[in-house]
Amino acid sequence: MDAVDGNAIGGLLIDVFGAEMTAAGSTCATCGASRPVAELVVYRRGPGTVVRCRTCGSVLMVFVTRHGVTGVDLAGLASLGEPGSALSGTRDPGQGGTNKHAQ
Amino acid sequence: METTAVRGRLTWQTAAVTSVTRETASVVTLEVNPPAWPGHRAGQHLEVRLTADDGYQAEREYSIASAPGEPLAITVERLDGGEVSPYLTEELRAGDELELRGPIGGYFVWEPGDGGPLMLLAGGSGIVPLRSILRHRHRTGSDVPARLLYSARTLPDVIYHDELSRCHGGVQVAYTLTRGQPPGWASHTGRINQALLAGVAWPAEARPLAYICGPTSFVETAAAALVGLGYPPERVKTERFGATGGH
Repeated sequence: MDAVDGNAIGGLLIDVFGAEMTAAGSTCATCGASRPVAELVVYRRGPGTVVRCRTCGSVLMVFVTRHGVTGVDLAGLASLGEPGSALSGTRDPGQGGTNKHAQ
Repeated sequence: METTAVRGRLTWQTAAVTSVTRETASVVTLEVNPPAWPGHRAGQHLEVRLTADDGYQAEREYSIASAPGEPLAITVERLDGGEVSPYLTEELRAGDELELRGPIGGYFVWEPGDGGPLMLLAGGSGIVPLRSILRHRHRTGSDVPARLLYSARTLPDVIYHDELSRCHGGVQVAYTLTRGQPPGWASHTGRINQALLAGVAWPAEARPLAYICGPTSFVETAAAALVGLGYPPERVKTERFGATGGH
């Protein structure tokens, strides 16, 4: 199975963040590359969802769902949905606009 | 299933299938009527969930084929060996029910105010969200010029062929067929590449806005080619749906 992209996990991201996140900006903590979440590389084979940087390949986010509970690892991100990366979805742009931890 | 919309949450709801339209040998369009659909934007998708008798569930994303304001519809391509698409394309009938939730996505969307000119590139069933965009453009009376290049295996694999043939009024449609052409075929052949796009795509100087949707390899090639032709990466929006499907 080929990689897909961040568009494919829009529903999962709404489950986790309570907001449309595919149009949100992201910054890789390893190489500093910034791009919309929709343009990140997403692998969905295996037990979880792995999101990688399209520039350097580093793991940015991992989601694993078991029995309706989703474990989330954002350690590869320097920022997510940072100011200036307009959340252009139909939902409350106030959500998901905070910086996530870098390490 | 009773549904209560919670702000910021996607809720599964049971929709009635109101019509099933066969588009090609392996593709159908399903019109569905969820009880609490909040409306959608052109280019968005939704999720479908099937539950087996033993409780096993499979979820898939499908691009919305209809324009905002039209009856909600998805177009589904049968993938051999798939868990969900064979049921949706071969078994489902009008009057059946389907669990879905959405709309989803805020990146691969287009509104008339986003402008253009629009450069739309479709690989196989990647045409589906672009059809929603073209219909939205038409329904809103937008005069943004649009070009579509649609890569398909053969002419019978082209989804919405009749509708696309009727496009006019600022919309130009071109095809490239990758696995065989009918006699006298006058449009393009072979897989998409920069040389082909150099002849079909708006020049970068026109400040086009590009939307590319299809199998991952198609999208990678097409996006790199447009950037190679001078399109700024931030004006090239992409949506990849993996290795599945033909183009």
